[in-house]
Amino acid sequence: MTDDAAILENQRLEIRLLLEAIYQKSGYDFRGYASAHIKRRLEHVRARNSIPSFCEMIRRLIYDAGFFDEILQALSINVTEMFRDPEFYRAVRDSVVPHLKTYPFIKVWHAGCAAGQEVYSMGILLNEEGMRERAQIYATDINPQVLESARRGIYPLESVRQYTANYQKAGGHASFADYYTAGYDSVAIAADLKKNVLFSPHNLVTDGIFGEMNVIFCRNVLIYFGDDLQDKVIKLFLDSLCNGGFLCLGTKESLRFSAHADAFDVVDAREKIYRKRVVRVPSVQGEP
Amino acid sequence: MRGIAIGASAGGLEAVGRVLEALPADFPAVVIVVQHIAPHANDTLARRFQRHCQLPVREAEDKEPLLPGIVFIAPADFHLMVEPELRFSLSREERVNYSRPSIDVLMETAAEAFCSDLTGVILTGASVDGAAGLVAIKRLGGRTIVQSPETAEVDIMPRAAIAACAVDAVLELAEIGPFLARLGFEDPC
Ligand SMILES: C[S@@+](CC[C@H](N)C(=O)[O-])C[C@H]1O[C@@H](n2cnc3c(N)ncnc32)[C@H](O)[C@@H]1O
Repeated sequence: MTDDAAILENQRLEIRLLLEAIYQKSGYDFRGYASAHIKRRLEHVRARNSIPSFCEMIRRLIYDAGFFDEILQALSINVTEMFRDPEFYRAVRDSVVPHLKTYPFIKVWHAGCAAGQEVYSMGILLNEEGMRERAQIYATDINPQVLESARRGIYPLESVRQYTANYQKAGGHASFADYYTAGYDSVAIAADLKKNVLFSPHNLVTDGIFGEMNVIFCRNVLIYFGDDLQDKVIKLFLDSLCNGGFLCLGTKESLRFSAHADAFDVVDAREKIYRKRVVRVPSVQGEP
Repeated sequence: MRGIAIGASAGGLEAVGRVLEALPADFPAVVIVVQHIAPHANDTLARRFQRHCQLPVREAEDKEPLLPGIVFIAPADFHLMVEPELRFSLSREERVNYSRPSIDVLMETAAEAFCSDLTGVILTGASVDGAAGLVAIKRLGGRTIVQSPETAEVDIMPRAAIAACAVDAVLELAEIGPFLARLGFEDPC
């Protein structure tokens, strides 16, 4: 082993201990996240604060109450857009919504909703399909800061052009401007779109199931998890979905490498839309 | 398993194709390519490179295990990383050197996963991306190759790499594919 390879091994040990410290100090469990990703993010924080090593970061984490929030913000990648990946929303309209329309009432969960753009996009879509009044929407994230932005639903004016273009590409029927009010340098999402939406903190790693969902959106969250943790979270989704419920992942995520792939049918391979197979409860039989 | 990480930017569509066409069908290393491309370009890159290449070429998927004899291409608008257990990870974190995917991000993570079993190759481009990546590869005992600036459609990226790193070889574009083809068959350390 070269000296540098030995240094690398030691550094990996330091990072494992730092993640353990984060877990014990804050309850946030990043130990199963993708390690190349975690290392890059922690390295940013280390360099920005001129901390000499990850070991020193442990000390800082323990004794500086504000430092954990800086780590949390660095580990929560929250770039998002309204109608991000317009083709995905088209596919939802075409292959998911017709099934949802057969229910009198539906439950929708956005796991890892970031600042809410995905939630409001889906809200608009459900509105246009005449489904909003029949839907209860849960929107969750681990990052309290982004959840607060999601609740407010105020976005920079500059982003509206992109959002409008996405909305049109996604097959929107109306004028996108009907869904917000413009201020001086920002836009506010129409209050009506916040009805039936419950924003709350939920950690996919450590918190439990959300029961009987008809659709779960978890887009661009699983890429930050290691493969074992992905599997664990996919199991959580499986247990949270009703029979025939839909799971929508990000365009570059898939169930291909998951141990639970067989529990789902592929609805749209390109847009990563899956459907939970109907589980038949074995009928109770008498003693053999 | 040996790894080969190739980074290219402006002029790369042509140059990467030239390198890939020299690799034989029984090539035993895994090849990973970051070609800078517009964010909304879809999976056309893999199809395009496949035309020149005897090995299967495909877009890398999240958590996909790296396999020898396959050419993996970074998807547009995602960073591509190699995890220590030799699986890919994707990320939408901010651009690095104005780029996503970034060559540095691929090479730095691949260097840590492969150590001395990695070869990094920098081709044509108008960027400094890849220079820090080559330094990381070299530091962990891997090999570094740069296209000679004279044969590069845009010489900025090769020059930046050569300035940053004491590279092992500066080769003309036509030599790089055959060089990798031989190197792939050497025993991994
Ligand atoms: C890139 S955003 C995804 C936003 C939106 N779904 C989209 O695709 O545009 C990823 C979000 O996942 C959240 N996240 C990361 N780890 C999480 C966890 N363990 N549980 C819940 N949310 C998590 C982050 O805080 C971040 O807001």
